[in-house]
Amino acid sequence: MCRTDRVPTAGILWLALVVIMFVARSIAADHKDLIHDVSYDFHGRRMATCSSDQSVKVWDRSENGEWHCTASWKTHSGSVWRVTWAHPEFGQVLASCSFDRTAAVWEEIVGESNDKQRGLSHWIKRTTLVDSRTSVTDVKFAPKHMGLMLTTCSADGVVRIYEAPDVMNLSQWSLQHEISCKLSCSCISWNPSSSRAHPPMFAVGSDDSNVTYGGKVQIYEYNENTRKYAKAETLMTVTDAVHDIAFAPNLGRSFHVLAIATKDVRIFKLVPMRSDRKESTSTGPTKLEVQIVAQFDNHNSQVWRVSWNITSTLLASSGDDGCVRLWKANYMDNWKCTGILKGDGSPLTSSSGQPTAMSTIVGSSVQTSQNALNGMSAGRYFFPPLDPPRAGTRYGHLLPPSSLIEHCDAEPIQPQQALPYRLSSRALLPLPEAEGQ
Amino acid sequence: MEELDVEPAITNIPAASDGKHLGFAWGPGDILAYETLYMAPGCSFIHEVRKDEDIYSPILRKLFNESHHIFVGLQTIREDLPSKNKKTQFVSISKNYRSVIRACMEELQQVLQKWPRNMEIRYVSILLAIELIWNLCEVLFIDAAPAGPLLLHLLDWVRLHKGDVDEKAREVLQSESPAEHHDYWDVVVSYVLQGRFEEARQMLVKQATLQPAARNMYKLMDTLLSKMPFYNPGGTQTLTEFDVKWRHWHEEVDRCLQDNSFASNQHLEIICKILVGDEDTLLEHKELLSTWYHFLVTRLLFCHPTVKPTELHYYAQSCMTMFLDLRSVPEPLDSILLAAFEFDIHQVIKDCSIALNNWWFVAHLTDLLDHCKLLQSHNLHFGSNLREFLLLEYASGLFTHHSLWQLAVDYFDNCPEFGHVYLELQIERVPLDTERKALKVLRICEQRQMSEQVRSICKIMAMRALRNNRLGSALSWSIRAKDAAFATLISERFLQDYCARGTFSDLDLIDNLGPAMLLSDRLTFLVKYREFHKLYEENRFSEAAKLLLSLITAKIAPRSFWMTLLTDALPLLEQKEVSHSAHCPYLLLYHLTCLVYGFIVFCYGSSCKVDQLLTSLIKESVCRFAGLGPEGLGTPKV
Repeated sequence: MCRTDRVPTAGILWLALVVIMFVARSIAADHKDLIHDVSYDFHGRRMATCSSDQSVKVWDRSENGEWHCTASWKTHSGSVWRVTWAHPEFGQVLASCSFDRTAAVWEEIVGESNDKQRGLSHWIKRTTLVDSRTSVTDVKFAPKHMGLMLTTCSADGVVRIYEAPDVMNLSQWSLQHEISCKLSCSCISWNPSSSRAHPPMFAVGSDDSNVTYGGKVQIYEYNENTRKYAKAETLMTVTDAVHDIAFAPNLGRSFHVLAIATKDVRIFKLVPMRSDRKESTSTGPTKLEVQIVAQFDNHNSQVWRVSWNITSTLLASSGDDGCVRLWKANYMDNWKCTGILKGDGSPLTSSSGQPTAMSTIVGSSVQTSQNALNGMSAGRYFFPPLDPPRAGTRYGHLLPPSSLIEHCDAEPIQPQQALPYRLSSRALLPLPEAEGQ
Repeated sequence: MEELDVEPAITNIPAASDGKHLGFAWGPGDILAYETLYMAPGCSFIHEVRKDEDIYSPILRKLFNESHHIFVGLQTIREDLPSKNKKTQFVSISKNYRSVIRACMEELQQVLQKWPRNMEIRYVSILLAIELIWNLCEVLFIDAAPAGPLLLHLLDWVRLHKGDVDEKAREVLQSESPAEHHDYWDVVVSYVLQGRFEEARQMLVKQATLQPAARNMYKLMDTLLSKMPFYNPGGTQTLTEFDVKWRHWHEEVDRCLQDNSFASNQHLEIICKILVGDEDTLLEHKELLSTWYHFLVTRLLFCHPTVKPTELHYYAQSCMTMFLDLRSVPEPLDSILLAAFEFDIHQVIKDCSIALNNWWFVAHLTDLLDHCKLLQSHNLHFGSNLREFLLLEYASGLFTHHSLWQLAVDYFDNCPEFGHVYLELQIERVPLDTERKALKVLRICEQRQMSEQVRSICKIMAMRALRNNRLGSALSWSIRAKDAAFATLISERFLQDYCARGTFSDLDLIDNLGPAMLLSDRLTFLVKYREFHKLYEENRFSEAAKLLLSLITAKIAPRSFWMTLLTDALPLLEQKEVSHSAHCPYLLLYHLTCLVYGFIVFCYGSSCKVDQLLTSLIKESVCRFAGLGPEGLGTPKV
């Protein structure tokens, strides 16, 4: 950082490129198999996990920040790919989707008071959505301003939109729309904009790896006149398999921002073209101008998940390099990698008898990149006379005592049989068994 | 795109990395990370990963809280004030910010004396640095002192941040024989280096009394020190006059050095060399100067007391190069201060935000500089965006904390472009643990006309209350949400409960709804029906009958409730008061019959034959009883 090396600052300024993070605590999820999805509830006080062990677990955060498993139950007869929360306006409602070709809606019922004391909650199945003939790969609730609507997409290339007309009766869901996307679907994302200028819109991604089939991301928009969803755009430049897709919170902008996980991370801007047609009776969808904003191949190969934080100032992506990368735009709207979460190769085993090993691992896990700032550890020590704390002990007070490594006491769930894992050619896999519902 | 100038920070997650993937989920504040595989078949740990760690420090809370008040005060400074008045205000605000930092630092140091912990040590060093940088920015940018006063301010700056001299001096003076203390000359020289000549002279007197032989030499030094001119900003002297005077003095010191006046006393000779600004001598006292910027200010004091702001960067650069050996690398603090001396505000902000991993400092300083109109004039068309960008980042960090989020609201309020939408996104994520907290959040939303968030919060609370069978609370929340459908649903639950138990709950609420009852028909019915009960209980049968009648005729009663109404009506008919009034019993009876009719149709279905039969039967009986012709009432409507 010698003065002479410094580039004149008339150009772009990079501010706080480094997002330094730390592991606040580790939670033993105690799933008997791989976790496929974890999802926070709207307020960040609860989370749900789902796994190949066919179960879903619900966790509640206590006053002191610890997580307690309050429910764990078998949800499907196959791997559970995704679990997601409905907006709390609709109560405590979860949806899950599975390799067993179904999606399910779960509702928490307020149980007896002694259940509460024991820290347990009861979830009951309100409905099973059995319309898909293949693995249901993603499930998402539509933005709440549209009512209580649930969307699924499946390996057979169909997006289904269900509605619960009576929010007090979650056992009744009607299939409102069935949209054929022609390609095996892997992920779906709703445009969260509630602006009246923007009709309901969702994007669906396909993990079909045949590049000759063209664009793997399709944008659909609702048309008031026809009361149907129609394709507004196909992102022709995205020809490789798409594994995840995420619209950014709108922030009151006229355009939409879409992140895509494919062989790299891509961020697109979708600008609705204002035309005279708007006032006319034409029933065509809004024309979108597609601009690529950023493209990163830092994950080296496939990218599996993308997701935005609440204010869309940070995009996180997970890829084949085993890292979660955080991307941030500065105020000039230029994107850079600002942080990396990286497995340190020291897996915590799920056996509970290693509290000491755990502390060590968690404690030493926070090291900022050595070359981050002049070789100083993140340059945060201005005054050398004040002893810089020893490496690995800096976050000593944050070490979770062994009691923080929570174990779920719920009954163990036995995986019924060898489980199918998520493969890119899911559509071709045989079902493990007939529908068990 | 410019080259990346810093590497992203890596956070290690205790998970196996070989061939595995890390999955993640965003929460309002944290990220959850877990090991997974997206392609084929582990351990199942989930790791909660957090940023903005400083937000969670209880000691820094005070800093966040108090600086918030200053920030809010700064935003209310009127645009139309004359610029001179504004400058005074800005300087005093800057000083307020600094005193908050100082207070926080002092508190930390007290804690440290009891419990030395790494985290606190880190905070102290960060706060020290922040205060040092801020103070320099205040002198250079906000106060913008011209040549003359500039050096005085810089001297104050160095003195304030080099407090160890006073500590050492105290130690020396408290010893039995101060003049023979081994730190004696260090203290004297330190005073001289900081331009604190009064104190230096008082110290020298102690030595002079010990050495009567060298009395004249000490007297000469005392004269030199006392005669050194300082610029007096309040006086009438011009800068040129001061400069002439200073040059005279400088020549005098130089003469003393040339004619070896102090040759016999090594210490006094050194002081004399310092006074004349001898670089080598100054550099020999690196230990006492301790930093290059102290060296810079001392050098300016004895060589260029009328330095102009625009010349600073030249001296700063050369002092830094001279002071730091080739082997020592400048630290972030060095480059930040250097950038300040170069008046490169953006570089200061940039370097600070990288070095500190804390938005507090950059956000508040940038905001203040922006109010001083320094960012626009400095270049770049996005000046106000920079301020807003930093404020949004800082406030978003505050929002992840369970109580500091309330401070963040004011910061968002003062971000004209995205503040409102950020607030909308953040505030709806505030957990509504209690009704009180919900009301607090609600008030904030209401004050800002955030109608969608207001509606949503009320709906969430209504749904939660209903799930817990607190009907009264659910009803009042859904009335606040103006959610007619939900109010209908809850009213129905009230009526069901009544049917089951024969009493109403939450009477206070239902009796005092007022015009809010018009939100839904069912709610209106509930309130009116309850009113009927009240009248009945108070034995006001006539009014009760009228009300019941109007309820029946208005047809807002739910079908399932017809039978209940019917049973309620029967005892009324037997009341004298009612049966004596003119039309009431007949009408009531008529409508009751309609109800019965409707009920039969409802229960057994409607076929033409049943219909006709019933209709004629009912009509006949009612009309006979009422003394009217069969046409008098028309066909009952269901």
